Amino acid sequence: MTSKTNTKEIEGKLIAVEGLDGSGKSTQIRLLKRWLELEGYKVFFTEWNSSELVKKATRKGKKKKLLTPTTFSLIHCTDFADRYERQILPLLKGGYIVLADRYVYTAFARDAVRGCDKDWVRKLYRFARKPDLTFFFEVPLEVALGRILEGRPTLKYHEAGMDMNFSKDPYESFKIFQGKIYEEYGRIFKEFPAERVNATEPSEEQQAKMRDIVKKRIDLKKFKLKTHGARV
Amino acid sequence: MKIKRFYGKGLPNVDPALLKGTFIVIEGSDGSGRSTQIGLLQNWLERKGFPTVVVGLKRSELVGEALAEAMQGNTLNAITLNLFYATDFADQLERVIIPALRSGFVVLADRYVYTLMARDIVRGSSLDWLKEIYGFSLVPDAVFYLNVSPKILAERNFRKRGFLDYWESGMDIQRVGGMYDNFIKYQAKLHRIFENLQKEYGLVTIHGSRSVNSVFKEIKTKVEKILTATSAAERSAMALEISAVSSEQAEGFSNDDDHPAR
Repeated sequence: MTSKTNTKEIEGKLIAVEGLDGSGKSTQIRLLKRWLELEGYKVFFTEWNSSELVKKATRKGKKKKLLTPTTFSLIHCTDFADRYERQILPLLKGGYIVLADRYVYTAFARDAVRGCDKDWVRKLYRFARKPDLTFFFEVPLEVALGRILEGRPTLKYHEAGMDMNFSKDPYESFKIFQGKIYEEYGRIFKEFPAERVNATEPSEEQQAKMRDIVKKRIDLKKFKLKTHGARV
Repeated sequence: MKIKRFYGKGLPNVDPALLKGTFIVIEGSDGSGRSTQIGLLQNWLERKGFPTVVVGLKRSELVGEALAEAMQGNTLNAITLNLFYATDFADQLERVIIPALRSGFVVLADRYVYTLMARDIVRGSSLDWLKEIYGFSLVPDAVFYLNVSPKILAERNFRKRGFLDYWESGMDIQRVGGMYDNFIKYQAKLHRIFENLQKEYGLVTIHGSRSVNSVFKEIKTKVEKILTATSAAERSAMALEISAVSSEQAEGFSNDDDHPAR
């Protein structure tokens, strides 16, 4: 992630959350978004694997089990690139706070576990800016697994990492897969900076701490939405 | 036979040394006669008894359709386009090209990574980055680049379908006068990039403005040489295998499982 765009001053700020499924990061970033919106700041939210352009192909690949580690990685990077080029970067240049539920580190972790060369994956995502602020949700593996598996949900094939042949049992496979991602996240956030959130604390405490960090790290008044409505 | 290798780090779980087939690439713009030559080569090879598979861009099962659809719209940006093509290419490489080569097929590729790289370079990507991304691609046994001047390319396109293609005219990145001027300019740019790639990757330039037959004769002679070298090497390799117990079998690469015709 050393693209040209990083050297140029960009008005907007990019905040990313990362962590295991079941770490509560999506809940927290939605709360963060609500807070920023209600306070009247320019904010935009984007989530992993949601590009309209690419989604259909990804779904087909998953359904028909066409994906290999390499194409799994590439198709997710294509999805990310589409959101990045069409939304994230223009919005950042336009002075928005962009909130990303999962960012490149998700790919770094998952693709490494799937057996892609780590260096290759990092280079693939070289066009992406580093986040101005990354929250990494730390939670013991058992807690995250418990939160997800509690209701015995139907786990999707790739979600459970069944493509890796860890186990024939989806629950067993999911546990092994998440365990490996957990380890990989640990390595990644030794390499890249992140604010660690203790995801076992009560929700409102996590949120309060996150808001404090955001206020400290980002000059929020620059992001006030100017309304041009009629004055009362 | 040259032992196969990847340009960079390659693909997880693929040993290129086990790929016994022959891998021929033809590069060139639309109108360079590429597909005609591929067709002729395929007929000729199959008549000689070589099992042959043809691959080309945007034809992957995984994203071929989605990519074609995305290109109809107006929201596709340069990096996304690049990665979409890379996905399409990787799918065909892993699920068609490599299994076919493992089974000893001749694989004819109607365009390859060089086209993808050239298009991305025109759109502002650095060659370094592209080399990293495409480090998983396999080095072909031969790459023929059909060099045809932009003017003749345009004329052949007019003859074929009556108009110039939006993307082949680089309309997404430049507007210099009308479509014709764009086409000429864009194709000239691509050609310059191909000249650099030619040095870097040892592409064999073929003058494509000549008649179909004389171009084919030249390509055929060159392919014949590769095939002779390959079969001679295979015979000696087979002799070696018979004299010693092959370790390949023990590694559990099942050909049936990977058969491209599956």
